Amino acid sequence: MIYQDSKTLLTVRKLHATVNGIEILKGMDLTIKSGEVHAIMGPNGSGKSTFSKVLAGHPSYEVSGGEVEFEGRNLLDLKPEERARAGVFLGFQYPIEIPGVANSQFLRLAYNTVQTERGKDELDPLEFDDFVREKMKLLEMNPDFLDRSVNEGFSGGEKKRNEILQMALLEPRLAILDETDSGLDIDALRIVAGGVNQLANKDNAIVLVTHYQRLLNYIVPDYVHVMESGRIVKTGGKELALELEARGYDWVGAEVKANARVNA
Amino acid sequence: MNTVSTSRYLDSLLQGQPPASPLSWLNALRANAVDRVGALSVPTTRDEDWRFTDISPLTKLSFQPALGAAQPAPGTAQLNAADIERWSIAEASARLVFVDGMYAPEHSFNRAGITVENLASGVSTHAAAVQAQLGRHAAFEHNAFAALNTAFLHDGALVIVPRDAALKAPVHLLYVATRKQAASYPRCLVIAETGSAATVVEDFVALQEASYFTNAVTEMSLAGNAAVHHVRVQRDGAEAFHIANCAVSLASASRYHSVSVALGARISRHNLNVLLAAEGAECSIDGLALIGGQQLADTHTLIDHATPQCVSRQLHKCIVDDAARAVFNGNIMVRAGAQRTDSSQSSRNLLLSAKARVDTKPQLEIFADDVKCAHGATVGQLDVDEVFYLKSRGLSDTAARNLLTYAFGAEVIERIPVASLRQRLEQLVLAQTQAPALGAVHPS
Repeated sequence: MIYQDSKTLLTVRKLHATVNGIEILKGMDLTIKSGEVHAIMGPNGSGKSTFSKVLAGHPSYEVSGGEVEFEGRNLLDLKPEERARAGVFLGFQYPIEIPGVANSQFLRLAYNTVQTERGKDELDPLEFDDFVREKMKLLEMNPDFLDRSVNEGFSGGEKKRNEILQMALLEPRLAILDETDSGLDIDALRIVAGGVNQLANKDNAIVLVTHYQRLLNYIVPDYVHVMESGRIVKTGGKELALELEARGYDWVGAEVKANARVNA
Repeated sequence: MNTVSTSRYLDSLLQGQPPASPLSWLNALRANAVDRVGALSVPTTRDEDWRFTDISPLTKLSFQPALGAAQPAPGTAQLNAADIERWSIAEASARLVFVDGMYAPEHSFNRAGITVENLASGVSTHAAAVQAQLGRHAAFEHNAFAALNTAFLHDGALVIVPRDAALKAPVHLLYVATRKQAASYPRCLVIAETGSAATVVEDFVALQEASYFTNAVTEMSLAGNAAVHHVRVQRDGAEAFHIANCAVSLASASRYHSVSVALGARISRHNLNVLLAAEGAECSIDGLALIGGQQLADTHTLIDHATPQCVSRQLHKCIVDDAARAVFNGNIMVRAGAQRTDSSQSSRNLLLSAKARVDTKPQLEIFADDVKCAHGATVGQLDVDEVFYLKSRGLSDTAARNLLTYAFGAEVIERIPVASLRQRLEQLVLAQTQAPALGAVHPS
């Protein structure tokens, strides 16, 4: 939601990034304020997922130009774990499975690490158990998921719920949810979206990276951005998503080219 | 030539054999083994089976059989009840303790209601059953170490699970090394009769850091529809030499599940041969070697699909740090006529330092045409995406790496069906990988 007294959380200016020497982001600009929900849409290969990973600090992506400011700090100077502790959260498109580590152990370790960094008290296993079970209700998750290995044997929907559960525990200022809707059936989508909506407040911001408009029926964005060839080429309100759903992405590219000719 | 000197080395180890038994078949078995020791030599890296494992450091040291040794030399640590308690398994219904290979009745008990006793007496009390099985599975014709163990046949563990008895609590066989320069010859025979079920834990520990030589042989015979869980934990001292031969034979529809963990010893070699001798038999054999420093851990397994419609599953993992070296040779033999064999094998290896090394060799020999055999081997470092995932949740680089290393090993540890042992090993692996404290482990 757009608030009058909101603060700027994230400013991205002319961001360029490469992977294996190939430039994927080519001058990305974006400003996000607290309380807002942004959707970043675009065809496959437009750079949506790269942008998410660059913000979270994935080591395979090299920033070759531009700047990213997060709450007044240079985000690009921070290691991935420092970004997480500072309040940046990436919900993974493909969450990693960790056989041999119980989900409860992993969740508590992540929670306590971040809490300690923020100068707050850790929770012991019993306290954490109560705390996490409460959060799981938000996502209609069976407590059995605590005893299973992290994401191992989880269905697509279960993995995504587990991602949002981590978001609920870590309480980020900026949550980037990369293709959170992919592979979800309609019930799972409704539950995941409901969880995200309950976590959204006037102090945090959410970026939904998605290929499809479907998710945006459940999490209504304040802004919809269209990415193409590594940058944002069009920004609109929630109605833009509907137009993209109806007309596809080609017309956006054509419009951009036409504008470029006019401006030339 | 080297062969001559190594052959003499084996002769030196033959000194001080146990006294003759009143049982002629046992004496004949031992005499036969002594002959083989005389004919064989210590393997070298020129032997295909020992290509990657140079056992020559063993031959540079001399060892005396612990059997019949005089009282411990001054300075040798004394084993007391508190030490045993440290290694005890709470769930165990029976425990046999062997000190340097010799039966220690004062530390042993049996509340299992089945035969769990010293083999030295078992050869008489259960003569027919023992005679029919002992030395029949662990072939020593071409195996100098198995021959040497058999030459010293005396004390050992004898477990007989009677027909249809389902033993819920594990039997704990604890082999404690206490003496420097001692050679010990642990021996174990497990006979699981038709329809029976049991869990046997073989646990090799050391009272102190010392150079010693453990040369173990385990034989297991599973009758029709029997089920045995076999856990083997090798946590010998860092200066120890550990050589083990384990042979298992499965009758129809029997099930053998084994988890072997190798943590200790300067040089260790574990040969595990599983014979799927009749239709419908199943085995799963899982292994973990977690080593560092200058350690070498070698695992050679053979799963012999001798008959149709048997199932085998194998997961072997090595975590190798510093300048340590791991060897895995996994042979799966599918004999002619062993149709509808279903076999899968996975060798996964994690190298934690530039000097660490692993030699892995999955080896499939298939002589039947209607079979399903899957195998794979990976050697690598931690996956960059896995490390990133944990770091994106706030964990430091070190914490993330150590946790993933722990998890890599825990996947095998988890399969141990004895909760207290599993938890203790998890703590050991946690300490060894310096993984962040995970807090209370959820019961599973």
